[in-house]
Amino acid sequence: MASSKTLGESLREQGVSRRGFLKFCAATASMMALPPSMAPAIAAALEKARRPSVIWLSFQECTGCTESLTRSFAPTVEDLILDVISLDYHHTLQAAAGHQAEAAREQAMKENHGEYLLVVDGSLPGPDMNPGYSTIAGISNYQMLMEAVAGAKAVVAMGTCAAFGGLPMANPNPTGAVSVMDVVKDKPVINVPGCPPLPMVISGVLAQYLVFGKLPELDEYHRPMAFFGQSIHDRCYRRPFYDKGLFAETFDDEGAQKGWCLYRLGCKGPSTYNACATMRWNSGTSWPVESGHPCLGCSEPKFWDAGSFYSPLSTPLPGAGPVVVAAGAAGVVAGGALAAMANKAKAAGVAQRQPVKIEELEAKLEETP
Amino acid sequence: MSDPMGFLLWVKGPAFNLAVAIFAFGMLVRIVEIFMLGRKVNYAEPKGTEWGPGFKTMLTRTVADPGTFARAPFDVTVGWVWHIGFLVALLLFIPHVELFKSLVGFAWPGLPNPVVDAITAITLLGLIAALVHRLSHPVKRFISTPEDYLVWAVTFLPVLTGYLAYHRLVNPYPLGLGLHILSAELFLVIFPFTKLTHVFTAFIARWYNGAIFGRKGVES
Repeated sequence: MASSKTLGESLREQGVSRRGFLKFCAATASMMALPPSMAPAIAAALEKARRPSVIWLSFQECTGCTESLTRSFAPTVEDLILDVISLDYHHTLQAAAGHQAEAAREQAMKENHGEYLLVVDGSLPGPDMNPGYSTIAGISNYQMLMEAVAGAKAVVAMGTCAAFGGLPMANPNPTGAVSVMDVVKDKPVINVPGCPPLPMVISGVLAQYLVFGKLPELDEYHRPMAFFGQSIHDRCYRRPFYDKGLFAETFDDEGAQKGWCLYRLGCKGPSTYNACATMRWNSGTSWPVESGHPCLGCSEPKFWDAGSFYSPLSTPLPGAGPVVVAAGAAGVVAGGALAAMANKAKAAGVAQRQPVKIEELEAKLEETP
Repeated sequence: MSDPMGFLLWVKGPAFNLAVAIFAFGMLVRIVEIFMLGRKVNYAEPKGTEWGPGFKTMLTRTVADPGTFARAPFDVTVGWVWHIGFLVALLLFIPHVELFKSLVGFAWPGLPNPVVDAITAITLLGLIAALVHRLSHPVKRFISTPEDYLVWAVTFLPVLTGYLAYHRLVNPYPLGLGLHILSAELFLVIFPFTKLTHVFTAFIARWYNGAIFGRKGVES
């Protein structure tokens, strides 16, 4: 339950030093594109923040988003931020199970009505689909979401499945999956896409909410600008190789060994907006492009249906071949038919030709008065 | 397709297929018709061969003769500059090489991005100069038809949007790239039905010219 302890008190109880806390605040300030001078203000705000109640619903998902958050690196201030929010329902992390768990959810919803943050990971079968595709305690995902949304202050769609439908919504979308913002229209929705999202982004969004008491600035996909405002390509350390035209063409050629640009191997960095290139993964150890693999574009809508992960961004989606061959064949037939018609008209003209001799014409002229 | 990524996937998928299908259909109609109509049978005794002189003239007529250059140095120079620039950007930019590779199955070496970038900028200036000249030259302006301006626009737009997309001046990037691909698709759709067909027919016509002269045993 949301406790009366402030975040500062909780952090000190858990042995987080003032220095460590301020370092986190400075990082948060830079993540949010604020001047460093804002760090003390953030610290002050966080110190006084009350633990908000958070209800985390998991629908059609793989638990990767929760894994990203909990297994990232420990202990960090990010973990503690989660320790000091009051995570009242999360069916993977909570100790309670069955009716107890559902009772905890209902109690949290009742006691913090209008105040709690609702975090959703996973997509859900659309309202018109068979609810049996995904249920929790016999309740359909759609019904559970709508009941929880009613009392929520805001909804955070965590991960690409919740934000954009993700893998369950990929063609042919057998469960009729929809994203959270497809069905939640009357509450603010913050999308934190990624497969999974960066742990720092998850905690950063929560920190921003605690510091400012309001929702972050969002882009047109409802993603926080602070983390999704710049593309992977624009912040990629391999960008100079792209600019020079130096590319790896296979995964083990000279270019790959020298760390050249992965565009030709299918990197979707130019069209992908995320913070991997700056924040990196595993405590800042590395990130996909640094480990030699092209960006998959996992924080963008429809990334499963955007062609092969290993096809360059400039190539068309598969499926053009038969259409073009059919159109070309039709063109050959039509061109042949046009030429045949023209030749036929010419032949008919020749056949119908009525030769006239000049003497006959002159005779005709003389006949006319 | 109402969002940037949806738009990009639409232009890379259904719209691309439609544009390439229209291009293939239209161009094959034109070419097949031209070749099937052929030329009138020449009963005169040939004084030379057709193929060799035909191919030779395909190359020699590509260069303007001195008289044409003396009369219209601007048209020849600017025309050459932007035509070559356009072809370099189209065929030697690495992402375009990858596009052709995905369509035809093989690739060729490309140029470093900064080189293509500079050539693209020159091409844009060349195309703008060509339009300004067309509008300011009284005779050219008089003989220009709406088709001429349409063809200029659909040629200029892919170069402009490509330049903007490369420099990431349209945000978000999927929108910028999508607009570039869409403008190229517009070019493909318009292509078979306007004077843009000269990309193919100019060389056929030059071959015929050379072949006619070759058969007569004279230089062309």
